[in-house]
Amino acid sequence: MAVEHPVATPPGDQTRIHNIGYRTYDGPRLGRSYATRSLYSQSLRGAYGLGRSVKSKVLPMLLFVVMCVPAAIMVAVAVATKANDLPVDYTRYAIIMQAVISLYVASQAPQSVSRDLRFKTVPLYFSRPIETADYVRAKFAALASALFILTAAPLLVLYVGALLAKLDFADQTKGFAQGLVSVTLLSLLFAGIGLVIASVTPRRGFGIAAVIAVMTISYGAVSTLQAIADAQAIDGGGSSGAIPWIGLFSPVTLIDGVQSAFLGATSAFPGGVGPSNGEGAVYVLVVLGLIAASYGLLMRRYRKVGL
Amino acid sequence: MYDPTVARLTYRALLGRRRALILGALPLLLIAISIVVRALAGADDQTASDLLGGLALATMVPIIGVIAGTGAIGPEIDDGSVVYLLSKPVKRPTIIFTKLIVAIAVTMVFSALPTLIAGYILNGNGQQIAVAYTVAALVASIAYAAIFLLLGTVSRHAVVFGLVYALVWEALFGSLVSGARTLSVQQWALAVAQKVSGGDMVTSDVALPTATVLLAVVTVLATWYAGQKLRSLTLAGEE
Repeated sequence: MAVEHPVATPPGDQTRIHNIGYRTYDGPRLGRSYATRSLYSQSLRGAYGLGRSVKSKVLPMLLFVVMCVPAAIMVAVAVATKANDLPVDYTRYAIIMQAVISLYVASQAPQSVSRDLRFKTVPLYFSRPIETADYVRAKFAALASALFILTAAPLLVLYVGALLAKLDFADQTKGFAQGLVSVTLLSLLFAGIGLVIASVTPRRGFGIAAVIAVMTISYGAVSTLQAIADAQAIDGGGSSGAIPWIGLFSPVTLIDGVQSAFLGATSAFPGGVGPSNGEGAVYVLVVLGLIAASYGLLMRRYRKVGL
Repeated sequence: MYDPTVARLTYRALLGRRRALILGALPLLLIAISIVVRALAGADDQTASDLLGGLALATMVPIIGVIAGTGAIGPEIDDGSVVYLLSKPVKRPTIIFTKLIVAIAVTMVFSALPTLIAGYILNGNGQQIAVAYTVAALVASIAYAAIFLLLGTVSRHAVVFGLVYALVWEALFGSLVSGARTLSVQQWALAVAQKVSGGDMVTSDVALPTATVLLAVVTVLATWYAGQKLRSLTLAGEE
């Protein structure tokens, strides 16, 4: 295509600068917060496979259904048998389904950050007006929101079902609120741990394995040790003081400890004895510390993205 | 059937850089826990059996199997560099067989060996528990490596599906539905372990003949099908 010469040049000039008609952008600039919000919403949609291929929708949607179906069955049973209470506490539900939640984090945390590293798109993000903190916050918030949707949806099913079954309104609302606080903490904690591990590796498969290893092995190790400590305590004719302290070393038991100390949940620890209020305070501190630490580590990881 | 160059490259891909860290961290954790338990609880056969069965065989072996099995072929297919391997005059089944041998070796070294050490730490091989679970881990390594290698050639989400099988099917459904236990590598391996230990500490829901036949069939079929799959591999771009 011929180059346009919109500006008429005076005759006789031998040297001139061609104006080939490039224009500057003078429309509205949406700015940093808009870019951050877009990154957040794209990451959140991506965590459920929306806006991606059909294949990548399968797993998150499947896990979402697996999370909700037992809740629906429990509600159906409660309505049919006219029970006075739901078969499972709101706070207990996430602990029972911890394998599914771990799998969700393991599959979605790497897809959120590892692909950006692998295809070297992170520098492109930072060529936009967003800063490191914006990127980290958007990704963190997106995965935490996705996890919150995953864990709160079955609670909502339970709550609506309980109200339909005409269970005690005040009692159910209190339980539902406690459950929501607990899954909020759980979402933040799991999202933080998952993202920190996933952001280290550009390989998606390796990230998945690393996240699931940390989640499951720590839970398996802690449960085994607690069971042994419990058996020892019963042999010795008392209750073991070591059980709550062992629980500090796995994300699932951390959440379990916090909610049994402060949110009126019955503990899933062997022996059914959760941490006392003093030990519960340590649990809360550890949970908040871990969330803050994972945020700090992510900031450090993305401070320099030479990759 | 065995190509040393392919084997060397696979070893480097599996044990290179950070991958070796996670492979090494899990066994170390198992041994550390065994030391703690031994110090806290002393030597106890039941405890040793619970720990080795619950943590080593049910969790550690499948996870290491997933990492080694899918890691032997998955990343190559993922980033497309497998075409350089496929364009060499090496038979596709040979490539799969070599990678299988490497995956089995890595899984065995990182899962069966620590199981044996942990067993000796826990109760000094009382009632043959350490040896029994080591044999189970060795047997399970072969089947897991073959299954997960096949998954690696079939799907680019191999790691997730491998973990879903290992954690959801074997652990969750296996504990709820007894029928699911018949189709579980873990139970087949336990059947072999039961024969080795001879005692009643190690039990399985599957009879030994069924277990060995199923183990052999699954391993051979998975390897054969992975070879077929690699013959007609289509490379897809990242979605």
